[in-house]
Amino acid sequence: MVQYSQARFDASFAALSNATRRGVLEQLGRADASITDLAEKFRMTLTGMKKHVGVLEQAGLVTMEKVGRVRTCKLGPRRLDEEAAWIERYSQLWDARFDELDKVVEELKRKEKVDGRKKRE
Amino acid sequence: MDARRESEVALMKNRTMVERKSERELVVTRTFNGPARLVFEAWTKPELFRRWWVPKSMGMSLLSCEMDVRVGGRYRLEFAHGDSQAAFFGTYKEVTPHSRLVWTNEESDQGSVTTVTFAEKDGKTLLVMHELYPSKEALDAAGTGAADAMGETFGQLDELLVTLGASVGRS
Repeated sequence: MVQYSQARFDASFAALSNATRRGVLEQLGRADASITDLAEKFRMTLTGMKKHVGVLEQAGLVTMEKVGRVRTCKLGPRRLDEEAAWIERYSQLWDARFDELDKVVEELKRKEKVDGRKKRE
Repeated sequence: MDARRESEVALMKNRTMVERKSERELVVTRTFNGPARLVFEAWTKPELFRRWWVPKSMGMSLLSCEMDVRVGGRYRLEFAHGDSQAAFFGTYKEVTPHSRLVWTNEESDQGSVTTVTFAEKDGKTLLVMHELYPSKEALDAAGTGAADAMGETFGQLDELLVTLGASVGRS
């Protein structure tokens, strides 16, 4: 693995550990947005969204720019490719496993239903 | 608008959440549409466990799977990946039916301790898997290992799931 500054790596991990914050980064990758826009898109309160953006800002993943009375969020200077890739790949492994586990659970449920019916008959 | 629609689609499927809680801890969370006793069964019966632990997209096959699920009991999983083989093994430390499993990973001295909890609510089960590694480096390496395992073959997964989904059908 490539060497990274540890503090940077850890702050990014913390920032990326949340689905909403990952969604915000994806969104800002498409276009800059105000906190109000983001709060609406993710159906959150303004305060809640401010907190998420604050965490991303601290990790250097997002920067804020004030134009008049509107504060606009944009992607920060920090590249998140490696950090995001780490979590993403790990998620993919578990996602794949759990999709299979879903099928096993479904089958057990069906079997239980059938067995229950047999007992009653 | 697009983002909203996407997040709605994401909500329909049970999402796997992976969080790096600290330098040494990783937490994976997922809900399953079934009671805890069935989900627990799928984690503790080798014939069920082996059906999902090694998804085909990993490009690996499971050669053997032995699980003696009781406190102090041992497990051993043997994998083949191309020409190479690997074994994973350890000891069950806690076994509380339908609610909690703890085991060690002893294939290296950097192995994690894994705790899985099953919490049932309204017929669904919230599963939380917590992995505690002895060092930050060990956890970094584990993620890289998963990346290696999944990496290039992951593109095949969508196709595979469609095929499997079609053949299994819905109840």
